[in-house]
Amino acid sequence: MSDLRDLYQEVILDHSKRPRNFRELPEASHRADGYNPLCGDRATVFVRLDGDRVTDVAFKGSGCSISTASASMMTESIKGKSREEVDRLFARFHELVTGSPDKKDQAVVPELGKLAVFSGVCEFPVRVKCASLPWHTLKAALEGETVSVSTELSESSSGDGGGKAR
Amino acid sequence: MSTAAETRRADGIGPILDVAALRRDFPILTQTVHGHPLVYFDNAASAQKPRVVIEAEGKAYAEYYSNIHRGVHSLSMQATDAYEAARVKAQKFVGAASVKETILTSGTTAGINLVAQTYGRKNVGAGDEVLITGLEHHSNIVPWQMLCEEKGAKLRVAPLDDEGQVVMEEFERLLSPRTKIVAVAQVSNALGTVNPVRRMAELAHARGAVILVDGAQAAPHLAVDVKALDVDFYVLSAHKIYGPSGVGVLYGRQALLEAMPPWQGGGDMILSVTFEKTTYNELPYKFEAGTPNIAGVIGFGAALDYVTAIGLERIAAHEHELLAYATQRLLEIPGLRIIGTAADKAAVVSFVLADAHPHDIGTILDYEGVAVRTGHHCAQPVMDRYGVPATARASLAFYNTKEEIDVLVKGLHKVREVLGA
Repeated sequence: MSDLRDLYQEVILDHSKRPRNFRELPEASHRADGYNPLCGDRATVFVRLDGDRVTDVAFKGSGCSISTASASMMTESIKGKSREEVDRLFARFHELVTGSPDKKDQAVVPELGKLAVFSGVCEFPVRVKCASLPWHTLKAALEGETVSVSTELSESSSGDGGGKAR
Repeated sequence: MSTAAETRRADGIGPILDVAALRRDFPILTQTVHGHPLVYFDNAASAQKPRVVIEAEGKAYAEYYSNIHRGVHSLSMQATDAYEAARVKAQKFVGAASVKETILTSGTTAGINLVAQTYGRKNVGAGDEVLITGLEHHSNIVPWQMLCEEKGAKLRVAPLDDEGQVVMEEFERLLSPRTKIVAVAQVSNALGTVNPVRRMAELAHARGAVILVDGAQAAPHLAVDVKALDVDFYVLSAHKIYGPSGVGVLYGRQALLEAMPPWQGGGDMILSVTFEKTTYNELPYKFEAGTPNIAGVIGFGAALDYVTAIGLERIAAHEHELLAYATQRLLEIPGLRIIGTAADKAAVVSFVLADAHPHDIGTILDYEGVAVRTGHHCAQPVMDRYGVPATARASLAFYNTKEEIDVLVKGLHKVREVLGA
């Protein structure tokens, strides 16, 4: 049986109580709003791109400890990365939290770094959306979407929601 | 198929519920969750089923299932009799004058939509108004919004006070000669508030409006008497009264139902069909197109027998005691705030706990075997009114105990420990 501490790790609790980059970014070049109507989580992600590179990123909103910590750690881990690196990181993170069957027995990929603390999430299927909401919102921001992202309108293949509310 | 409830009735034993015996009627209550005995506090979402309901539904399928109102063969007649017997039980349960006033639906949501789409579309026009209250479930908001949008009518909302009660002066003020329909919950699913629907009906009628009461949360906890309440429509769901899901009742005054156009067209709601013209069936069948949840309705009949044998007054008394105990124990937890503190409340405690998000509370309590609902409870406007994104909600049934409330309290201390809240 998985343990509650697998989900609520110290690092996660720390980021949920003291989220980093928790502010608006007036000079943002991209932003998007994300919403999980099931639990009321809201996240607005602000990104500043310089060419292809994320030079600054921040978020605002309210949510559970998992979504807040995920947003906080996401901002830390993507700063300075290129669009392509961000996309790849999201893909790895997504595999981690959804417990992608083909990755299950492999060790956590090193490029995830601190994000590996979210490995416990896959044992709590209803919480996957909490962890991935900030990332879906980030993706929408980078893609220049103007509509808000909702976890309850599924994209065809994401497997955890993250579609766009219209 | 002897149940604790039946035994007690035969013995004529007094008002105290033998909860331990009643719990044995519910097979699911012996389950464990994450190694802990199940504590089921999500009754307002859906109640668990006693063995008599499970067996009645199973027996229908195993012994006499067939479509109803159709065949001349034995099974069809037997199934029809059992189905119609359940309707009579539903009629008696709500206090309708006849089975003509007792429409069987797929649930509360279907009942409200039926009234909105038939009575509403016929009687609400441009500039007219529909009045609801601030504590409604989405299913008693959206059908009226859809109607108002279609007709160019206006949806009015009577506000709530800080305790979660409808401000009656405002309710009265918002009733106007343009108000055609008033739609209110008898009990709030998110706050537990009991609305004064008898008084609301009186006020609505004085303005010439009809009143629909959403009884989904009330019917499991209060004895319903539509004639004493003097309401025009009353809707409820079987699954909240220990019956199967996918079954519900719409009570409507006969004269109103007669004048309403049918809702869905199809089999069973007609007397004769030609390509030129269809003659609709009489009440209640006019509103029952298509093959219904036959075994479910039969199971619902068994649920009503079961609940009636225990007695709603005794259920209410026990639940009231539990609610008082839960309220007192929960308030001992530092940082816990109860949302919804109406003077007249039923069986629901909605709360927030310091900085702990309800979603985290729900996950951690689940690990202690405690099932609560977390989120907006399909009542987002209620959450907005009290400035919270969501709450955790413990909703009680007669089979719950004070010991289970103690487990919840212990679980909430665990929440504080895990989250450091």
